Amino acid sequence: MTTQSALLLTIYLAMLLATVKPLGTYLVKLMEAPCWRPLARIENGVFRLCGVGGEEMGWRQYALAVLVFSLVGFIAVYALLRLQMWLPLNPQQMPNVTPDSSFNTAVSFVTNTNWQGYGGEATLSYLTQMLGLAVQNFLSAATGIAVAFALIRGFARHSATTIGNFWADLYRITAYLLLPLSFVFALALASQGVIQNFSAYQEVTTLEPTAFEVPKLDTAGQPLLDAAGKPVTEAATTPAQTLPMGPIASQEAIKMLGTNGGGFLNANSAHPFENPTPLSNFLQMLAIFLVPAGLVYAFGKAAGDTRQGWAVLAAMTLLFVGAAIAATSFEQQGNPLLAALGTDQTASALQAGGNMEGKETRFGIAASGLFATITTAASCGAVNAMHDSFTPLGGLVPMVLIQLGEVVFGGTGSGLYGMLMYAILAVFVAGLMIGRTPEYLGKKIEAFDMKMVAIAILVTPALVLLGTAIAVSASAGTVGVANPGAHGFSEILYAFSSAANNNGSAFAGLSANTPFYNGWLGVAMWLGRFAVIVPALAIAGSLAAKKRLAQGPGTLPTHGPLFVGLLVGTVLLLGALTYVPALALGPAVEHLILWSGH
Amino acid sequence: MKSLLRPALSLFVLLSVLTGLIYPLAVTGTGQLLFPWQAKGSLLAVHGRPVGSALIGQNFTDPRHFWGRPSATSPQPYNGAASSGSNQGPLNPALTAAVESRIAVLRAADPGNHQPVPVDLVTASASGLDPDISLAAAHYQAARVARARGLPVEQVAALIERQAEWAWLGALGEPRINVLRLNLALDGREVKPLD
Repeated sequence: MTTQSALLLTIYLAMLLATVKPLGTYLVKLMEAPCWRPLARIENGVFRLCGVGGEEMGWRQYALAVLVFSLVGFIAVYALLRLQMWLPLNPQQMPNVTPDSSFNTAVSFVTNTNWQGYGGEATLSYLTQMLGLAVQNFLSAATGIAVAFALIRGFARHSATTIGNFWADLYRITAYLLLPLSFVFALALASQGVIQNFSAYQEVTTLEPTAFEVPKLDTAGQPLLDAAGKPVTEAATTPAQTLPMGPIASQEAIKMLGTNGGGFLNANSAHPFENPTPLSNFLQMLAIFLVPAGLVYAFGKAAGDTRQGWAVLAAMTLLFVGAAIAATSFEQQGNPLLAALGTDQTASALQAGGNMEGKETRFGIAASGLFATITTAASCGAVNAMHDSFTPLGGLVPMVLIQLGEVVFGGTGSGLYGMLMYAILAVFVAGLMIGRTPEYLGKKIEAFDMKMVAIAILVTPALVLLGTAIAVSASAGTVGVANPGAHGFSEILYAFSSAANNNGSAFAGLSANTPFYNGWLGVAMWLGRFAVIVPALAIAGSLAAKKRLAQGPGTLPTHGPLFVGLLVGTVLLLGALTYVPALALGPAVEHLILWSGH
Repeated sequence: MKSLLRPALSLFVLLSVLTGLIYPLAVTGTGQLLFPWQAKGSLLAVHGRPVGSALIGQNFTDPRHFWGRPSATSPQPYNGAASSGSNQGPLNPALTAAVESRIAVLRAADPGNHQPVPVDLVTASASGLDPDISLAAAHYQAARVARARGLPVEQVAALIERQAEWAWLGALGEPRINVLRLNLALDGREVKPLD
């Protein structure tokens, strides 16, 4: 790891941790009605208009509200995608999106995944982007935070039958947290050069004309092949370059703050119009972890013991720092095959060096490795470098972070409720070892709770491994693979890991815009989201109903280094037991081949 | 169920209007007021005519110009309407073949230069639109550009020094140079932000 990488990580962590307490304190207030009179009055008007009653919900009703609201969102996005041709704000006259791609995209954005089988600038109208996708960037993030709020209430309350009102949580999180943060952040991004307009794409005459080869098409529009089966091309030249336009800054802001990750443009945060400078990149990285980190503090504070929050945060930070150092170091090491060809991959005062295939010059290795770690530790999935071109072990790090369930800070809301599932599992394991009934924050953990934890933790590995198995045994699954050998397997494994864990990043060489992948990955995304949310809410309801036990001499303290170690161990052990065989077939084999003979 | 549907639908409509219409319009209004040039794409103009964006790279093959990163966009390189990386894995034979041929082109254009080639100059960027190259990649090409233009190499090197960008606080960003701006300066064009 270079000095620059270490310095960047240090500054990043210092700034992030400085936001934790103020934002966390604000989040605790957000769980209740606002005390500022004018705001409360507007809110009451909105609730009356929308038929939102003042009464709280039990966990079943809360879960049903989440599901119904997500279904409404799915239908709206699907409709926009299928009808965009006839709707306004479509200066490039984008046609309607195919049914399978629309299904996949709608599920993807409603579940906070933002997996993208399409390229934004060549597929979507401005209206679809802002009224379809950006709206879900807000609402899916707010839904995740609401579920985390409900679970926090489960810990904070005792002998209660309700865990909050979903509609009130949803409205307050959107209006008082995500909207104001996004507005400020969008302007900060615009100052750096992220575009924000409604113009048609711009043609500019370039300094030099560009000569290139285009495939010749037959009368049916299919590429013409020569006798050897290779496509026939003809020479072409263009004097101009088309620059995409659009309201990007506003979407970019919530894309990061809501850990959504779906790019307006195909290259996502690697595109200079989405992420133009090292400073915009730093702010984007900060935005990803901002709310997830604040929520952990809010959890401790609401449960009456801030040390509990810091302990969970410490476990997350340990896992994160280890992953960031690993990813950055492997990428800095570069590619031995390219070194042999006579390239210079050494970091120096004049260049970043390292594995620069699929990376941008302004981000180099330090900011690309760190971004890749953050975006997959959280459920963001935005990329500022192409993970498919990472070194085998550099690409292993993001894949493993996703497979651990994105609990290292994690997604907005989903990171906290995911990690608390592991925390309950950790005290359960500890309880078995010392032969006492496990308890966490004064709540006795019983059979029902453990069943729900088991479902929440096991559903995504099942989706990932079964999905990958189906895809590698079907020709429709293997036909889209771009890279030969073990790396091709990694592309498929990454796709299902990303979908089931609602990340959205990809080893993007895989051609996933096919009915096969659009369908299966859509199913994985939906189940990976809601088959975790419902058990988490069930636990929230169960915990809220329990009495709070006083601490006894046999209670395992859950705020010290022992528990932090136990939690980290549980996360890593479960991940390793589940995924080592699959990872051995992909990145591990690839690494051994790449470095054999060097 | 009915008690769920009404809030679900009405809150969805209300929040959609708020986050999907009012919010982007408010950002557009404020953004164009505070940062008009950036909001419209950071366009550069020569004599009032747009010649590109300061943020988006262009394709250069003339030996009198500095060349940028290889671009994997299709069908043509630096296609602004279809950003993309190559997505080639490190073991992909197509990657090694591509890098080998790029090195051959660089060597053929500059026969006396036997230094190792800075890696960013022969590997495709993530977006296919990278506006920058590393300073190492710029200095690697300085002799070729100077010879093609009949300039002393010191003059070209001095131009690189003037336009170079460095890491901020030693942590943010990399040593780099904007290829379009560099070439515009070499051509002696008077460049202004287009408003």
